[in-house]
Amino acid sequence: MNLQAAIDRLKVRLGDAVSDPVEFRGETTLTVSRDKIVAACEFLKKEGGFDMLTDLSGVDNYGEDPRYEVDYLLYSLAQHCWLRLKVRVSEEDMIVDSVTSVWQGADWHEREAFDMFGIRFRGHPNLKRILMWEGYRHHPLRKDFPLAGIPAELPETAVNADTVRTAPMLGGPFVTSDGTRSSIRREPRQFDTLAERQEKLTHPTKKESV
Amino acid sequence: MTTKHEMELIDSAARAQQVMDGELGSEKMVLNMGPQHPSTHGVLRIVLELDGEEIVNAWPDVGYLHRGDEKIAENMTYTQFIPYTDRLDYLAPLANNVTYAYAVEKLLGMDVPPRCKYIRVICAELARISSHLLGLGSFGMDVGAMTVFLYTFSEREKIYDMAECISGARFTTSYTRIGGLAKDMPPEFVPMLRSFLKEFPATIDEVDKLLTRNRIFCERTRDIGVLPKEVAIDIGVTGPCLRGSGVDWDIRKSHPYSSYEDFEFEVPVGTVGDSYDRYLVRMEEMRQSVRILRQAIDNLPDGPVNSPDAKILLPDKEAVLTKMEELIHHFINVTEGINAPPGEVYFSAENPKGELGFYIVSKGGGTPHRLKIRAPSFVNLQALPIMAKGHMMSDMVTILASLDFVMGECDR
Repeated sequence: MNLQAAIDRLKVRLGDAVSDPVEFRGETTLTVSRDKIVAACEFLKKEGGFDMLTDLSGVDNYGEDPRYEVDYLLYSLAQHCWLRLKVRVSEEDMIVDSVTSVWQGADWHEREAFDMFGIRFRGHPNLKRILMWEGYRHHPLRKDFPLAGIPAELPETAVNADTVRTAPMLGGPFVTSDGTRSSIRREPRQFDTLAERQEKLTHPTKKESV
Repeated sequence: MTTKHEMELIDSAARAQQVMDGELGSEKMVLNMGPQHPSTHGVLRIVLELDGEEIVNAWPDVGYLHRGDEKIAENMTYTQFIPYTDRLDYLAPLANNVTYAYAVEKLLGMDVPPRCKYIRVICAELARISSHLLGLGSFGMDVGAMTVFLYTFSEREKIYDMAECISGARFTTSYTRIGGLAKDMPPEFVPMLRSFLKEFPATIDEVDKLLTRNRIFCERTRDIGVLPKEVAIDIGVTGPCLRGSGVDWDIRKSHPYSSYEDFEFEVPVGTVGDSYDRYLVRMEEMRQSVRILRQAIDNLPDGPVNSPDAKILLPDKEAVLTKMEELIHHFINVTEGINAPPGEVYFSAENPKGELGFYIVSKGGGTPHRLKIRAPSFVNLQALPIMAKGHMMSDMVTILASLDFVMGECDR
């Protein structure tokens, strides 16, 4: 099935949920209503031959309503053509159905869109942040996020000053105690002048005074 | 009298992950591999669930090298972003430059002169050889064949010298411009490339002799990390990994860009989809790249390398200093950037690691509204858990090496 036939049949199947195709630089874009995206993807994969999800990307159209959009780029290995589907997502209800059930490769792409824009994907098996760390509070690719970033707490590390406790045997017999001298004092040659260093090299047996 | 003390042990990061996933209590061992492991080729962390020495599950954890390239791109002109593309797949910066330039040119709806296209082909193929050489060298080293690494790296050195000759930098080349190139190639470049093409096939043959029939190498790679064709397509794996799984798909053939339709070359395809097949595909791709490079320098067209459109490329410096109109073009070009039409385009090219795509949303003006980088390493890494399941811990190293990803591109 070629691209035009696939689009026609998709329009017959889903009716008003699919917009007219928009062409730009030889690329076709269809806008699909939000609740029909999984149905559209399933149909295009099974009957349209679009077996690959090349890319999935969020876009923030700040100042417009609906503010966000999610772009799906489908590829057909048999037809050698791309098709872009676009879903618009409003700021109040930022949930889109996940297409991980259609292509398992959508997993990380949707996690990235969630991480960067805060768009939630319903039905995603593991919707966690992927590029930023767990516990980060912002969504950096939103237009209202400043380029310089917002100060944030860094993630907890497994070992830090609060979790490290002194060893229970410390101070007991046969346990090395903490050193009393600083590392510089323990290394007296640090203070040597060049003449002293040469002196020690020529007379290695001479006792060092600390 | 004996007293019993209860001691609390400090949790390791892997343990913390396990607690987070709510899988505490199983008798399997959770092991952290990376982010500082030599075989992860960068900063990839993999949480492995092991049953003895067998991998039950693997969760790749990416993002340690996230620099916000897409955010940065939204805040600068199209030309200013070129140096950032060097740092995506930093093992093949020339190829990234080429792909990015074509993406923006597609948005502008412009074409570049034939000489520019041929030089870009030379850049892309040199980058492919360089990237595959590193991939194979470290592949060999990871499975215990140290010698290969030394052979391939001495060849890569020559490619770096050529990159320096053509662009002025060995590593961060930033060679392309929107609508052309930073400069035409210098006259000494072609002889340099010719002598490289004369010597290089001998090195491939040597590596071939060292690895392809090497019993240890074969046993460590055959049937290890099998990626079935259907799964590879479902995940969206591209590049040598997809072709290793037996899918004959190469953007240079199916959507020829940069005059690739003029060149004769074959696309190697694997049969089993294991690590050995991916190795063979890369070996053959280097030979085919040599073929393409020979054709490119034999048929190199004369003429300008830059498109004459002064509203896109910076005009001649001399003209800027003597003529009014050129001065205005220069000023507008530097301060406001290239005025792109509103619209959205996706351009992808066959990079060494797979399909590198740039999805540009423009609302008009000099900066992109959104620039999404479709990085092949990011997508290919998703296949890791599927490939690793059921294999031994030591096979993980083989699988990682045969995936040949680079974290600069994965994390962007």
